Amino acid sequence: MRLRTSSAIASVAALTLLTGCGAADMTKQASPFANAQGARTVTLSVQSWVGAQANVAVAQYLLEHELGYRVDTVQVDEVPAWDALSQGRVDAILEDWGHPEQEQRYVEDKGTITAGGDLGVTGHIGWFVPTYFAEQHPDVTDWKNLNKYADLLRTAESGGKGQLMDGSPSYVTNDKALVKNLNLDYQVVFAGSEAAQITQMKQFAKEKKPFLSYWYTPQWLTEQVPMTEVKLPPYKEGCDADPEKVACAYPVTPLQKYLNTDFAENAGTAAEFLKKFKWTTKDQNQVSLLIAEQKLRPEEAAKKWVDSHESVWKEWLS
Amino acid sequence: MATLTATAQKPAPPGILTHRAVRKLLVLAVAAAVLGPVAATQWPGAAWPGALTVDVSEPLGRASDWIIDNRDSHPLFLYFFGHVSNVVVLAVRAVYLALLAVGWAGVTAVGALVAWRVAGVRLALGTAAAFLACGLLGMWVPTMQTLALMVVAVLASVVVGALLGLAAGLSDRMDRALRPVLDTMQVLPAFAYLLPVVLVFGIGVPAAVLATVVYAAPPMARLTSLGLRGADKEVLEAVESLGTTARQRLLTARIPLARKELLLGVNQTIMMALSMAVIASVIGAGGLGDRVYQALASVDVGAALAAGIPIVLLAVVLDRVTGAAGERLGGPGAAGKSPLTWLYVLLAAAAVAVAGRLGDFLDWPDGWELNIAEPVNRAVDWMTAHLYSDVPVVGGTADWAAHFTSWVLNPLRDGLQWLPWWSVLLVVATLAWLIGTWRTALTAVLAMAAIGVLGVWDPSLDTLSQVLAAVAVTLVVGFATGIAAARSDRFERLLRPVLDVFQTMPQFVYLIPVVALFGVGRAPAAAAAVVYALPAVVRITAQGLRQVDPAALESARSLGATSAQQLRQVQLPLARRSLLLAVNQGVVLVLAVVIIGGLVGGGALGYQVVFGLAQGDLATGLVAGAAIVCLGLMLDRVTQPTERRTQKKGA
Repeated sequence: MRLRTSSAIASVAALTLLTGCGAADMTKQASPFANAQGARTVTLSVQSWVGAQANVAVAQYLLEHELGYRVDTVQVDEVPAWDALSQGRVDAILEDWGHPEQEQRYVEDKGTITAGGDLGVTGHIGWFVPTYFAEQHPDVTDWKNLNKYADLLRTAESGGKGQLMDGSPSYVTNDKALVKNLNLDYQVVFAGSEAAQITQMKQFAKEKKPFLSYWYTPQWLTEQVPMTEVKLPPYKEGCDADPEKVACAYPVTPLQKYLNTDFAENAGTAAEFLKKFKWTTKDQNQVSLLIAEQKLRPEEAAKKWVDSHESVWKEWLS
Repeated sequence: MATLTATAQKPAPPGILTHRAVRKLLVLAVAAAVLGPVAATQWPGAAWPGALTVDVSEPLGRASDWIIDNRDSHPLFLYFFGHVSNVVVLAVRAVYLALLAVGWAGVTAVGALVAWRVAGVRLALGTAAAFLACGLLGMWVPTMQTLALMVVAVLASVVVGALLGLAAGLSDRMDRALRPVLDTMQVLPAFAYLLPVVLVFGIGVPAAVLATVVYAAPPMARLTSLGLRGADKEVLEAVESLGTTARQRLLTARIPLARKELLLGVNQTIMMALSMAVIASVIGAGGLGDRVYQALASVDVGAALAAGIPIVLLAVVLDRVTGAAGERLGGPGAAGKSPLTWLYVLLAAAAVAVAGRLGDFLDWPDGWELNIAEPVNRAVDWMTAHLYSDVPVVGGTADWAAHFTSWVLNPLRDGLQWLPWWSVLLVVATLAWLIGTWRTALTAVLAMAAIGVLGVWDPSLDTLSQVLAAVAVTLVVGFATGIAAARSDRFERLLRPVLDVFQTMPQFVYLIPVVALFGVGRAPAAAAAVVYALPAVVRITAQGLRQVDPAALESARSLGATSAQQLRQVQLPLARRSLLLAVNQGVVLVLAVVIIGGLVGGGALGYQVVFGLAQGDLATGLVAGAAIVCLGLMLDRVTQPTERRTQKKGA
């Protein structure tokens, strides 16, 4: 009995000790692994697609070899990455495909995130079919004719309907709503990850089978499996405002960088460098291909690019 | 109803069992005849009726928004969660910095020396080799991050678990309150724990550590309470007669007597924490798990393996060392360990660490890395090119996966979704009642109904179909292997180390090879589940068969029964309890992995959890998480033999 009361007292004491000594803002906590042993650390969010890996690889290489930082990378999905960025657990996102809701909340309202400028690459999401298929059936490139081809595009996972293949659940997508609102006889099948989607598309391409897939440019795979976009109802400003009622194509997005506000103000050269980091679609594709096709490790691919493009990155450091 | 419940609870001899079963079936048949038509006319169609669902995603979404908006201002966060989060971050950071300060040579030396003192030379060498292998694979820093997170999580779990266990061990009321909760927590898939903590703490290390603690503390609590309650009554009486106070009795008799259970608890906690620390990479734990997760996202099997091997090595080493420590301390002559040798150990470790510091030996040297990713990926490419499809006669692995999907998984899923919802509830009730008691049946039905009310009936049945298919495969293979192991000593000796290793591997690791072999989809998820659940099923089956009374076997043999007859008519019936337990364990383990299969295209509930985490749409994720909890509860209760229940009550 005495034991129980004394342990109760102890726990209450511990609680008051924990809660009594002032406020603790958990939204301002860095990762426990950051800045170890006096090293200056930059934590970059790396997304799961190869283009983003290419950005991070080159930024990491230059930060480590030219500016003397230690770089941690964390894989966080797109939306949680905004939350992590706002809390300072991640210092920068190098390639954002447009998240107006998060931008409003963190950049405009709270001010915990600062816009870091253009990445220089323009992204576009759409529905694509392989070019060999589009050449055989030229009318497939208009969404109005898609239902004609639903039978051709059926698979084990799509049941009785045609298969529209999507990649990772974390990517920006309106496909389920689009299929419903355009009355298409299709089933959206999520491959689970982009890599899985690529594996699948390569298998299809090897056997010259038709497929319809959510896809985007710039993407290195288009160099190997030429693809043709299916025209959706044209994009108009605001037509994708209500996610349930979307019935138009995806916009063309200039990809953006975002930095944690504290980091942007206090991190000196690293923050300056990341703000200036800007390259072209061609540059990014070059590094992506080295990583994805020649199976180089990201740092090796980055080194190769850095060695041959000195004039480009020298400007970022100035 | 009242008389029936009374009979169901009475421990009846097996002869009456059939009789009782018939009576239960009759009652259920009457219930079906009355309720079925009513339900069918009221809510036609097979799917769960929309009128009976409650849409919780709206309030959940609002709650999630409120938390994000108020996380930096509301007192609850500033004065409570903020501090919890702070303490976790500081502790992990302290351990991580300490590990880095000691350097790779120091960490390896300390690990090896500790292993040597508590477990002997062989394990010491194994420990050193394991640490060096982590470095060689280029995973030193991630390994240290995982280790730091683990140390903090395990310490917290052990403290929390031991306190809860003490309370349950000393007070009957606490025991009654805690036991069902702890029992249930043990059968829930790890994934279900992730979302609530993310909701409060956001993605990151604090959430990962707390999810790990919640997952890993229950076994410690259970075993502590078990140890305290299992102490020898006579010893306790003797101590009491010496006029000791309750506290003295606890400290000098009950806790020392429970030493073995306590150490087993620590061992279990460490294993569960490791498994969870890896899964928690999905919510930003960093370290090795994150490397596996990153590699899985790009189907880079080689890189996933390079990060997976250190996890397996850590798991095997930690399991063996704590296990050996438990045996030594629990066994005779445990007290004879001089503090002087410990001093030497400490000194030696410190010397290595200092030498490392002076010789600038802290970071793992760059040149000493072995790049296994590339050769492994080449091997995988070769495999996908040659074994994947169109292999003559046997077909390729991808073909098998496609066949499994279209011949087993699809019909099963469509069949389940075609069944009217009330008949599913009825089947659940029947199974649970026949195998367990009316209580387990009631829990199972309520859990299943809750899934419908949450509005995730169809995806849950999809998950259920994957579980059923995987369990069927597991049981066929597991029972066959278990029977073989029980009948041949040599086979069992060969099998044991394999089972040992497989049982200590975290669930996450199993996803790597199946993606390489079967691609992406529901089939690989099911395959990973089968591999994960097999060792437990094999082991329990073999043990159960071996424990069958030798006299019964002998008499059967003397009557001239053939080997097959002995097995069918004596061994298997007598081992019925073990077999049921094997089914129960199989179901629970398979569910855990099928859910994680959402990461490799398993779809259904697992996918919804991943989706919720990935899109920050916690409402979807939390609903799916709750459905997973209900599904786990239902599956456990449906397969829970009555005996296990009563045995637990007595323990």
